[in-house]
This record gives sequence, structure tokens and C-alpha cells, in this order.
Amino acid sequence: MTGTDTLTPTDTGRSSLPLRAPQLPSYAPALAAAICFGLSTLAGLLLGWGPIAIVLLGWVLLVLGLPAWSSAVEGSRKATDRLVTTVAWSVFALAMVPLVSLVYEVISRGHGVLSAQFFTYDMRGVLGEGGGIYHALMGTLIITAMAAIISVPIGVLAAVYLVEYGGKNRLARMITFLVDVMTGIPSIVAGLFAFALFTMIFGPGVRFGIGGAVALSVLMVPTVVRSTEEMLKLVPDELREASYALGVPKWRTIVKVVLPTALGGIATGVTLAIARVAGETAPLLIIVGSTTTLNLNPFDGRMATLPVFIYSSVTTGGKYNLEQLDRAWGAALVLVAIVMLLNLLARGIGALFAPKSGR
Amino acid sequence: MSTTPTRTPTRTASAQPSRRGDAVFAGLARGAGLLIVLALAGVAIFLIVEGAPALGANEEQLYGKESLTLYVWPLLYGTLLAALLAILIAAPLAIGLALVISHYAPRRIARTLGYLVDLLAAVPSVVFGLWGIQVLAPTLFPAYQWLADHLGFLPFFEGPATTGRTIFTAAVVLAVMALPIITAICREVFLQTPRTHEEAALALGATRWEMVRMTVFPYARSGIISGIMLGLGRALGETMAVAMVLSVSGAVTVNLISSQNPSTIAANIALNFGNASGTKVNVLIFSGLVLFVVSFIVNFLGRWVAARGQVKG
Repeated sequence: MTGTDTLTPTDTGRSSLPLRAPQLPSYAPALAAAICFGLSTLAGLLLGWGPIAIVLLGWVLLVLGLPAWSSAVEGSRKATDRLVTTVAWSVFALAMVPLVSLVYEVISRGHGVLSAQFFTYDMRGVLGEGGGIYHALMGTLIITAMAAIISVPIGVLAAVYLVEYGGKNRLARMITFLVDVMTGIPSIVAGLFAFALFTMIFGPGVRFGIGGAVALSVLMVPTVVRSTEEMLKLVPDELREASYALGVPKWRTIVKVVLPTALGGIATGVTLAIARVAGETAPLLIIVGSTTTLNLNPFDGRMATLPVFIYSSVTTGGKYNLEQLDRAWGAALVLVAIVMLLNLLARGIGALFAPKSGR
Repeated sequence: MSTTPTRTPTRTASAQPSRRGDAVFAGLARGAGLLIVLALAGVAIFLIVEGAPALGANEEQLYGKESLTLYVWPLLYGTLLAALLAILIAAPLAIGLALVISHYAPRRIARTLGYLVDLLAAVPSVVFGLWGIQVLAPTLFPAYQWLADHLGFLPFFEGPATTGRTIFTAAVVLAVMALPIITAICREVFLQTPRTHEEAALALGATRWEMVRMTVFPYARSGIISGIMLGLGRALGETMAVAMVLSVSGAVTVNLISSQNPSTIAANIALNFGNASGTKVNVLIFSGLVLFVVSFIVNFLGRWVAARGQVKG
């Protein structure tokens, strides 16, 4: 090393290129960002611009400035790299804007209406202020629970079939394919399916909660099958073989060894699937309809649900529009809270049971 | 059966009932699988059966349109326009986002970022709709006015900009909803790039971007495409956000920022189903069938590309 070191002053060839190329200090991006946004804030304050224009100008300065600086010091390849890095992180920031805005708006506009009355009253005879979402809350809980009752056994059993029995036979391949396709089924089509099905059975104009549960199951089953399948595949074959070696029949091996081993992952998948369908609106709008009074019987008559409640509060309009919007934001806050709690619950279960992995 | 126990008592005792148990359990599992097959077939069959009467619908039942094709076409156009626009917005963002999570962010932060994106996926569509109409539309309205004033010579920005509830707003909402799906799939395939390829590129002196361009993107190409297709499928079928955000007139136009917007199939069903009766219901179900076929094709293509990529892998 020392030999080459002494040579380098005279050696202008390739050997000195990689390690000797000048580099920007590690704090260069942060410094450039601070300078650019500082300049744009200054310009914005002087010219009286809004915050969006300031951020935009700062960003443009950064995207142009940092690569230019890098290009002058480090060469064009490094400059491209820095440009892409800047763009990638800005894309990330841009993508976070809707999430942050949504959470902020839902909380700030929704928390005002929350009260004990909001959770315990229904909307019977309420026009202006007052009323609550008790009926919609119960409807969502009942219909989602029924959807889970229908789809969890089907989904888990189908996944068991795929992993433990099917192997690579034609039925298994077909199921895998159809489950993939079903994942992409538009939710409103699921609602139309339930409507068409029950219209054929009960005649036209049918509306009841169980129909919504069936429609939600169509959306939920693929998610359950997928996640359960993944989890069952993770169960080591040694466990199954050990069980067989002890003379345990296959079905008891599955019930007592395979499923308990994968339980955490399955629970995570099921919780996520429930969280997904709890917020579904379109199918419920079609087959369950909506009502202002409490209906706890999913087999008879229309039921209110939180998503449909939000939708109809927004779209009805009329004289009490503002009160309706308040309630819609309140209901949205409750719905988002439910879904987020289910997601956190799923993460919790997943973190408890899941095998360790990288990212 | 009664004679065997004397010879091998333990074997028969456990083997006989277990075989029955096995048969029952295998039957149950197979039955569940078949039920899924039946369910999807049922979706298609029931939609066809209930949609078929629409072919004989008269003008009044077709909401004033002369034929079924004329009724469905503007809706299909609106559906495709909104979805494609959404994907144009979402795809580059999603790829960048996935790249940040998989290759740029430090590992510990990357986990959190992944969670944040998943949270975005968990927000119910009706809340997106509420946000779109109450927050996004008023925010974008000044931008539309500016576009109509300064770029009005382009057919897309012809205007007049009188409302924020345009197809562009709807597409932005759809893009936000499709973003997490595309990101999740891209992230997965980016992470599957063989570590050795990446390290080889870096060892040859590649910068991080060159490494990504030379190893990650070629490896993930089919995954990216299938992710985009699946995101497109989601955007095509999304109902509530569009139904709430868009101000519709049924016009077929490329004007993105006026109040005269084509509706989408799903939103149209949601808006009209409550008041529909008789053959009108069949007409709406028929349009649902069209949507089902379109999204089926898109999803099928997405899976096909993904499967082909895996084999080549």
C-alpha cells in the first residue's frame, strides 16, 4: 500500500481512481436539504407564497442542487445516484401525504361528535342534531362476525386441502388459481352475486344482513386461504413425520400438530381479513340496504352498517347536511379506529407467533 | 372385525376409526376447496342469469339510452379512464416507495415504513371517499382553475373548472388506494433479488442506483408488471370512492377537470341500485357482469405475468 502511495502523485492512470475519488461528506444531503428549504422559505416569506409553493420550490432546488454539487465533486455517476436517492425519498414523502392528511382530518373532524349518546342511540326519527351510530355499529359487528363464521372454516379447510392433501393435482391447481382470481373480484360484484343469489331464492327486492355476510365471505375467503396456506407451508415436515411415526393418523396430525403450530399466523391472516371486510361498503349497500333503526336480526330486513351509514350521510344532502357530515366523520373515525385496532391486533399476534424474518 | 382384535388389538383399534376420521376430514377439506370453485362459478352464473334479461330492455329501462351497448360503453370508458389514470399516478410512486422500503431505508426504519403503507391499505374505501369529497376535492380545485386558465388549449384541461369533484380527483383517490397493493408486491419481488447479484454489482464499483438498475429491476420486471396489473384490478373495481367523489353526467370525454364526467360501472351501480326495480336491476347487474369480466381479465393477466416470471426466475 505504501509503495503505491508514493507512486500516485506521478501516476495518473486507473489505479488511483476508485479510492482516491473525492466524496461529499456524509452529511451532504442533510446540509443541501437544509440550505434549499431555508432558501425557499426565505423566498416564500419575502414573496408571500403559501406553504405548498415553498415546499415545491425547496424540492426543485434540492433535486437540481444536490446532483449539481455532487457532479462537480464526485462525477456524473455519483450525481445520478444522489438524484435517484433524492427522488426516491421524495416519492416516499409524497405517498405519506394522503395517509397523514387522512388520519388528521378523520381525527380532527370526527372527534367532536363522539359522545356517550353517539354510541348508544340509533337514528330513529332524528333529522338534525343528535342521534347516534349504535344501530350501524351493531350491524357492522353482526354482519362481519357472520362473514367470519362462514369464511374462516371454509378458508382454513381449503388451505389444509391445498397444502396437506392436494399436492399438485388438478383440483388443487384450479383452487389456487381461482383463489388468486377471487382476490381481485370487485367488491360490488360480490354484492351483486349475493343479491342475484338471494333474489332467485326469495324473490325480488330482498334485503337482509346474512346476504351481506355471504357477499363479504366471497371477499374474505381468498385472503384467509392465502394466508393460511402460507403459514401451513412454513410448518416443518419433521413435525408431521414425527407425528406419523408415533402412529397418529393424518387428520389428527393436522388438527393437533400442524394447525396449532401455524395458529399464530392463521390468526393474523384471519384478523387482517376481518379488518378488510369490516370496511367494505358496496356489497352491503346492495344486499343489506340501510335503515335508521336498530335491527339485530340478520335474517330479517335491512340493517344499518357503519360504511353504508357514512355513505348515506354524505350523499343524502338536504337541510341537515352539516349535522349529517359531522356524524359521517364521527362514524368514519370509529370505523377507522376499529380497522386499525384489528390491524394492530393482527400485528401483535403475528409478532408473538411468527417466525423471525428480515424485513 | 370382531375376529381381528385378538391378533393385532392395538393396530385395529387405532387404525379403523382413524381411517374413517381421515376420510371425513379429507372430505371436509376437499369440500371446502370445491365450495370455493363453486362460489366463483356461482358468481359468474348468477350474474349471467340475472343479467341476461337486460338484453331485452327497452329505452326507458336503459335510463334513456337506445341500446345496452350505448348504456354500458360510457360507463366502461369512465371505468377504464379513471383506473388507467390512477395507475399512471400510482405506479411510479409505488415503485419508488417499494425501493425505499427494500433498498434505501435502514432496516429498522424500513419495517415501520412497511407498516405505514399497510395502514394505508387498511383504510376503508368509504373513508377514502369521504376524504376525497371533503378534503381532496376542495384542495385540488384551485389547481384545476389554474390548469383550465393556462393549459386550456390541451383537450385534457379544457375545463370549465367549476368543481373539484372531477375524474382527476377520483383518479387520485383511486391511486392512493391502489398504491399499497402495488407497493407490497414490488417490495416483495425487490427483496427477492439474489443478494449475490447485488453484491457483485457493488463490488464492481456500481453506485447504489446502478446496482438497482442492473440487478433489482431486471430481476423484478415481471413482479412489477403483475403488481401494476393487480393495482389496476383494484382501481377498476373500486366503487365507493368514485361514487362519492365524482360528479357524473355520462359524457364520454377526455376532459379531466370539468364537471361533465363519465361515471364508472361500479359507481353507477352503487348510485342507482337503491332506486332500481324490474329490468333496471337486470341492466345494472349486466353492467356488473361486464366489470367482472374486465377485472377478471386484468387479474388473470397479472397472475399470468407473475407466474411466467417465477418460472423464468
